[in-house]
Amino acid sequence: MAFVETMSTGFGGWSPLFWILAFAVSAITGWLIWRRGESSCKTGTEQEKPYLCGNKEPEKGDVHVRAGNMYWGFTEAMKGYYEFLIPLHTGILTDYILWFLGVIAVMLVLAAGVF
Amino acid sequence: MIFEWIVQNSPALLLAVPMLGAFAVPLMGRIGEKARDGWVLLVSIATLIIAGILTNEVLTSGTVVYTFGAANPALSVPADSGGIPFRIIFAVDAMSVFMAISASVVGFAVFLYSIVSSARMSGKDSFFALILLMQVGILGMVCTGDLFNFFVFLEINSLAGAALVASRVDKGVAVEAGLKYAVLSTLGGLLVLFAVGLLYGQYDALNIAAIADVMQFGMPEKVALVLFVAALAMKSGAVPMHFWTPDAYSMAPSAVTAFLVIASQASLYGLFRIVFTLYNVTLDYAAMGWIIIILGVLSMFIGVTMAIPQKDIKRLMSYHAVSQTGYMLLGVGVGLAVLGDENMMRAFGMTAMEGGIFHIINHAMYKGLLFLTAGAIFYQAGTRNLNKLGGLGHSMKWTMLFFIIGALAIAGIPPFNGFASKLLIYESVFIFSPVLSVIAMVVSILTLASFVKVFHSVFMGPRLPEYENVTEVPKAMLYAMGILAFFVILFGVFPQQVIDILISPAAMALADQGSYISAVLGGN
Amino acid sequence: MIYNIPYIAAGLIIIIGIVTMTLKRDLIKIVMGLCLVESGVNLFLVATGYIDGGIAPIFTNAGPGRMVLPTVQAMTLTNIVIGIATTAMLLSFVMIIYKKYKTSDVTEVGRLKG
Repeated sequence: MAFVETMSTGFGGWSPLFWILAFAVSAITGWLIWRRGESSCKTGTEQEKPYLCGNKEPEKGDVHVRAGNMYWGFTEAMKGYYEFLIPLHTGILTDYILWFLGVIAVMLVLAAGVF
Repeated sequence: MIFEWIVQNSPALLLAVPMLGAFAVPLMGRIGEKARDGWVLLVSIATLIIAGILTNEVLTSGTVVYTFGAANPALSVPADSGGIPFRIIFAVDAMSVFMAISASVVGFAVFLYSIVSSARMSGKDSFFALILLMQVGILGMVCTGDLFNFFVFLEINSLAGAALVASRVDKGVAVEAGLKYAVLSTLGGLLVLFAVGLLYGQYDALNIAAIADVMQFGMPEKVALVLFVAALAMKSGAVPMHFWTPDAYSMAPSAVTAFLVIASQASLYGLFRIVFTLYNVTLDYAAMGWIIIILGVLSMFIGVTMAIPQKDIKRLMSYHAVSQTGYMLLGVGVGLAVLGDENMMRAFGMTAMEGGIFHIINHAMYKGLLFLTAGAIFYQAGTRNLNKLGGLGHSMKWTMLFFIIGALAIAGIPPFNGFASKLLIYESVFIFSPVLSVIAMVVSILTLASFVKVFHSVFMGPRLPEYENVTEVPKAMLYAMGILAFFVILFGVFPQQVIDILISPAAMALADQGSYISAVLGGN
Repeated sequence: MIYNIPYIAAGLIIIIGIVTMTLKRDLIKIVMGLCLVESGVNLFLVATGYIDGGIAPIFTNAGPGRMVLPTVQAMTLTNIVIGIATTAMLLSFVMIIYKKYKTSDVTEVGRLKG
């Protein structure tokens, strides 16, 4: 690997070299800004606990957003599609075999002109 | 002297070394635990070295033809046979060796990982023997030049894979997944054998090059083509025959899942070999190409939309494996659809095929990495349910880093390797049909969305009280993940070198089937 | 017409096997259907090699005339052995599922869904 080449797709190229340069520049900028931070903050003391305007902090388990609640908007918007698709995955072996044979039948008609 | 012998016999050694290793594992298990672990690592390193030697040989001096049982390994057509190669021949061209090297590298990482991660399992002798046999099956499937030999290695693959999926009995759920995998794989294998029998009855030959030389496209060949394509697409997890994939991948031990991905890609290799090399110029390119494109687009979209509402981390990742298989089918399908047209082929067909083939090795690397991190999470936290996990980023920093690398790679974010192959696919498919390219990009965005969901719910958040004692996984697992992450970054930063050395010869070997026939039959 | 009877029989056995696999609800019967498909494929393979008026493909003290094709017989033997291993593994899976789930009805052995 002598040097970083440009990958040509036939319509343009992607050069990882520019990405690496941009990443290096932004990393150095970020480090310079971090160096100017407050250095008198001690970890593990009162300074690190979350502050909620004096209210009591809830249980750690309740604060964390679980996976089942994420992307609720997406699954709700595509409800018609999901209510068709998820019951199709029944978990029953004979349905899987029927799908396989159905695809063979469709391909025999389309690709081989059997019927 | 020894080195010359190894180089000359490398296709046979590529299979013999893991097979001998597999059958000697119970003996080593008698001697002790450390002896067995060391033996397994030694065998996998030896397989990797032999695969490297074979790759070097093929990429410098062309297709390697190895005849079993002849006086000279290169003597494929004996003088008194009337022009028929009647022994079992391994024809290793650039595409085969590309699959073999990716299988060997991922295999080595998987073995390094499973030495530690199977510490709490019992019956480890059979576990390691079965994984080594599965590696034999994969390497045999990609190197062979004989149709019935391909079927035998396909069955070795399926049986070893099904037994490994069911190995962690887990109150019967894993056995149910193994049963589904075994029944569907066996049915697919029997249909492949039926098609091989049809072709044998028609041409009285089992060698791929010998049949391809005299192939005509009558009704038995059409039926055989449909059976081959359907059965091999089912084995590689294309929608709408993908239903076994989430069950089998989520219930297997994580190291085995990373290897099952390679086995599915070996079936994809079989599909490409049949369509491009066996049927070559007699095909109706547009019809077959569009069928593969439609399978690919369905897999991409349905795979990723089924992945978003999942609650089990490995089931989510296996739906993504289905979706990424769609990318490979799309790229190579576009290449197939324009194979007959010289101008379009030069303009974007070769780029599409290179993108699809590059995606195969990229997918092996980053999907293996993601499954190994999921296994690390399960090893330490004890659960795979995303609704129960949280806050693991505080204590498992290296696992989090590898997960970030894998998730950014699968979503196609520069500078990782997923971006390089996806860019090739986007740009070439856009010229062919803009709608397909837009669907591919939307699927990429949804992939990133679902991995952000997994990342937040597993690693982000406060330290939860039930995971107080979770520490980082042992070093061997981290080294295995590190090997795959290294390749992910390497292929992303130096894509053009990888394309020139590995991918372009493989795409040329598929597109130009005359070279395969002349290499095996000796210049006819 | 009479020469096509083995092929028709093989096709019928394969179809009966596939119908058994998809319509029956007991797991053991599904495995039986898979064995039927395998037997049908074996019969098809052996029938492919037949040459009219041929003799057995043994060189020692062979009479005159053409021999039937021996390659398909080798393929069939290999497939029979693969079938033994597959059937043994599938039946042991069914046994473990019956022990853990207390049922062998395929519509109830479906905990992995969605």
